[in-house]
Amino acid sequence: MIKKGIRIEALSKRYGKGDTAVYALKDVNMEVAPGEVVGLIGPSGSGKSTLLKCLGAVIEPTAGRMILGDETIYDDGWKVRDLRALRRDKIGFVFQAPYLIPFLDVTDNVALLPMLAGIANADARSKALELLTALDVQHRASAMPSQLSGGEQQRVAIARGLVNRPPVILADEPTAPLDSERAMAVIRILNDMARKFETAIIVVTHDEKIIPTFKRIYHIRDGVTYEEAGEGRGFE
Amino acid sequence: MISLAGRDIMHAWGKFVFTGVGLGLLIGVTLSMAGIYRGMIDDAKVLLDNSSADLWVVQKDTLGPYAEPSSIYEDTWRSIRGMPGVARAANVTYLTMQVREGQRDVRAMITGITAGEPGTPGWPPYLVAGRQITRGHYEAVADIASGFRLGERLHIRRNHYTVVGLTRRMVSSGGDPMVFIPLKDAQEAQFLKDNDAILQQRRRSAANPAFNKPGSPGLLDAVIASQSSNAYVNAVLVQINAGYGVDEVAESIRRWKRLTVYTRSQMEEILVGKLIATSAKQIGMFLVILSIVSAAIVAFIIYTLTLGKIREIAVLKLIGTRNRTIAAMILQQALALGVIGFVVGKISATLFMAPIFPKYVLLEPLDSVIGFMVVMLICVLSSIIAIRAALKVDPAEAIG
Repeated sequence: MIKKGIRIEALSKRYGKGDTAVYALKDVNMEVAPGEVVGLIGPSGSGKSTLLKCLGAVIEPTAGRMILGDETIYDDGWKVRDLRALRRDKIGFVFQAPYLIPFLDVTDNVALLPMLAGIANADARSKALELLTALDVQHRASAMPSQLSGGEQQRVAIARGLVNRPPVILADEPTAPLDSERAMAVIRILNDMARKFETAIIVVTHDEKIIPTFKRIYHIRDGVTYEEAGEGRGFE
Repeated sequence: MISLAGRDIMHAWGKFVFTGVGLGLLIGVTLSMAGIYRGMIDDAKVLLDNSSADLWVVQKDTLGPYAEPSSIYEDTWRSIRGMPGVARAANVTYLTMQVREGQRDVRAMITGITAGEPGTPGWPPYLVAGRQITRGHYEAVADIASGFRLGERLHIRRNHYTVVGLTRRMVSSGGDPMVFIPLKDAQEAQFLKDNDAILQQRRRSAANPAFNKPGSPGLLDAVIASQSSNAYVNAVLVQINAGYGVDEVAESIRRWKRLTVYTRSQMEEILVGKLIATSAKQIGMFLVILSIVSAAIVAFIIYTLTLGKIREIAVLKLIGTRNRTIAAMILQQALALGVIGFVVGKISATLFMAPIFPKYVLLEPLDSVIGFMVVMLICVLSSIIAIRAALKVDPAEAIG
């Protein structure tokens, strides 16, 4: 039993009612320890996105339990009043495309989250620069997103996901637009950051190149998950 | 917290500035329309101010001399001059027509003024060049807006007049510049017929047995003489003595002379409330239409800009940005667009539109303040559609 990270128990998500009801998730169980990076793999329509949205507190599950760190955030109903603040402070997101805000420079793209949390601009920028340095993109701190390469953009997006030190990061196909070398670099960074900041990271992927790097993999099909040990030959 | 709206504007400043300039030209037209309306009212007030009159005595039951034709006998002024409280009384005629000078002609209001000195009712109160009329015939003082210059010869009906003086801001309520000429010349100009018509009238009078009786020698000559001269003027302008009330003197003239008399405030009401009322309504309608068009343009621009940022807005919502922060960003952009538009509009109306417009355009500071507030209000209202669209964005769209 993990102490922090994220754990979900018997999580279900149903769309519609009665005869037209469709279960996108059926009694899904999953747990990811702090510092661990797990893969979530499944074909299209298997329920990956639905699970990610439930984990990200974007849509409400129908039943089950979700524990984030020490806090039960869902138990047959939301236990957290401000889901917006929950997403801002306790969940980091990394998307398939970086989706950086095009009118903010690299530093402010990362510093925006702490600023939204009420941290002073100077302190937020300081935190951002610290992370950009850790991810080796500090030299592009004042560049605009359009001036960055794909790999640099994704590293900035990872910095944004990490900046509020969330207990969990949800990464949705973070390597999809990248070539093999850059994809492996991103996975290496995610592993490094997970260990460094004690963050649980769930990586949704189709990318066969990176699947062998996971120690544990959750497969999902028709809304049901099962776990298998990965090759785990990754980045110890 | 950084200004998201400010950063977005700075990021795409070219798009914002060009959009603001386009909107500004529309706002400039709107401000100019308001200025035209103010100019019309000012023209009407200037017409009354510069006539130096306290009372306008006109034909009974008419709204003359500016809003309706008015005709009173030319010696009426003498009996009015003798009434208690009257300091000065002077005849005046008004006739709007084309005045020719060389190859060009200018629409002007020909004003016939009596002999006198500066300060006489109807006289131009000040000159910017030359001198006042000193001769009884064929001299003119023109408003500088007519384009006439000192020494030029004007062609009014069959006579030529030399411009001896130039004045300023002497215009009719329609904005036509005034040309002052001696009263007798103006009376003749009002009723002058062509030679064929005069000969024809003489023949008719001679053929009429009532005017050509063998027992009344001289009758026909007297009739013909009366037919070829004009003994009427349009109004008598009256200045009253200090210590007398305008209403008191006006009532006295109404009672004893059986004429209609207007005070300054009544005449202003006729000019502003009746004479330019239709024009004012037309301008008001244009203002409303332009305001609606401006609102539609701002709404469309802000909505389009917002739709272009749907993915960013979804990401912002997903990472915990409050709805009010997103709404504020859109609202601030709309207001910024309004400010850019207003500044461009004000500059274009003041420097480019008003100076070249053929009518007097009076841009009042208060109108600018009101205009600015209306533009801001329109921007706020126009941003509502975009804000609604942004708030409907599902943060899940960022995940896919």
